[in-house]
Amino acid sequence: MAESISFTILRWRFMKSLYCFEIDDVSRYKPSRGDDSVCSAFAFPRPAHMFRLIILMALLAGLPAKAAPADTVAVAVAANFTEVMEALSEGFKERTGHSLRISFGSTGKLYAQIANGAPFDVFLAADQARPLRLEKEGLAVPGTRFTYAEGVLVLWSPDKTVVTGQPKKLLESAEFRHLAIANPDLAPYGRAAYETLKGLGLWSSLAPKLVRGQNIGQAFQFVATGNAELGFVALSQVMSPRNTAPGSRWEVPSPQHGPIQQDAVLLKRGDDNAAARAFLRFLRSPDSLRIIHAFGYRVSAD
Amino acid sequence: MDVDFGPLGLTFKLALVTVAVLLVLSTPLAWWLAHTRSRLKPVIEAAVAMPLVLPPTVLGFYLLVLMGPNGSIGAWWVTLTGDTLTFSFSGLVIASVIYSLPFVVQPLQGAFEAVGRRPIEAAWTLGASKLDAFFSVASPMAGRGYLTAAVLGFAHTLGEFGVVLLVGGNIPGVTKVVSIAIYEHVETLNYEAAHMLSAGLLGFSFAVLVVVYAVNRRFPVHAG
Repeated sequence: MAESISFTILRWRFMKSLYCFEIDDVSRYKPSRGDDSVCSAFAFPRPAHMFRLIILMALLAGLPAKAAPADTVAVAVAANFTEVMEALSEGFKERTGHSLRISFGSTGKLYAQIANGAPFDVFLAADQARPLRLEKEGLAVPGTRFTYAEGVLVLWSPDKTVVTGQPKKLLESAEFRHLAIANPDLAPYGRAAYETLKGLGLWSSLAPKLVRGQNIGQAFQFVATGNAELGFVALSQVMSPRNTAPGSRWEVPSPQHGPIQQDAVLLKRGDDNAAARAFLRFLRSPDSLRIIHAFGYRVSAD
Repeated sequence: MDVDFGPLGLTFKLALVTVAVLLVLSTPLAWWLAHTRSRLKPVIEAAVAMPLVLPPTVLGFYLLVLMGPNGSIGAWWVTLTGDTLTFSFSGLVIASVIYSLPFVVQPLQGAFEAVGRRPIEAAWTLGASKLDAFFSVASPMAGRGYLTAAVLGFAHTLGEFGVVLLVGGNIPGVTKVVSIAIYEHVETLNYEAAHMLSAGLLGFSFAVLVVVYAVNRRFPVHAG
């Protein structure tokens, strides 16, 4: 929020700087009208005030990052796990008294933030690669990595009549304009969709119809808004209470693609935070596994 | 090391088409805004300035809904062309036109206001038609406004990310513009390719702004 306001003001000043001298110059040819109306429209944030405002905003933006007492666990969570995490955090607080400060983001961005010193105790990634990498780089505590959830890939359409019968036949028929997937280079679900299509021998024939979301959230959005008739998305998204159209779906059997395993890891900063270790224990408890499963993930107890 | 420069070409094409469309659309709009006494003026001005303050995601989200096959514009487009507007180059042009609108309209409006009514009215009294007066008198006098508008519109479209991300679908050769390609390179830790594309974009945008500022400062307007 603060960022967008200061950005807007900066943009405002930028526009002003472009127009004002131009108008000043041109008005030399027409001194009669004293035409600085365009400039005066830009008069609102005076530079001195604005400077103070920006500093204030910068300070405000920096505040929350510092306030994390010992019984608070700062958790960086992959965006696809948002709703489950909200459900889990209530139970965790009830059971242990500790509270969670949760930051959601794409696994890649969270990784980059952690690698650059972001203050997190625990990292729940959407893949296995990033937690492993953090461990190798000495930013995570060795021996604390484990798979907390396994994603389920589904071919989904909000229309009840689309994904019925033989999914392979449906894909072969190509009777649709667009098939949405997450970007295979960026997102584990995209990778799994790629492997599935490759396994069916349809990757190259369907290539012109593929639209790629930068993450699985965007792939879902393409289908949910009707821009793509169907897409490979996450079961958790289709099962989410926020999804109003259950539609029709095919759960891709897991042997068709490499598993979409999501790993958690204790970060160096959380090494001596007892609440952080308590949270990781809580995450593996049968109650938590039940919740995770109910949201559309496979869990190790399955 | 293999860097695909395709997105760079696509981006330039998008920016060129967008600016061409914008200059045609914005001229009458800016002219009207510069000279009208209508009570609607602040409303239209505010509407034009909206893309300045809205996050591109808001714009992109509404465009995704409107241009989708279930949206009003999108449905019409599907019956017309048989294809969806989202995930197409035409869709990107429409999105970019809306996104860069204030960057073209506002400099033009400023320039037309600075020219004022007087030269035009003088031309009318000398027997010039309205169109003739505009093209022979007003638009040459507003020449620098046109330069600023074109360059800003072009540069702003080059830097577009959020809107394209939402409505483009990242299709190589069709909607994968340079900002998306850079994002992808960064996310996949392919920093070398990201550097090459980013440095190109950075250098170009800087050069464009230097040109605008220099031209604005140095050259007087040769009126009429």
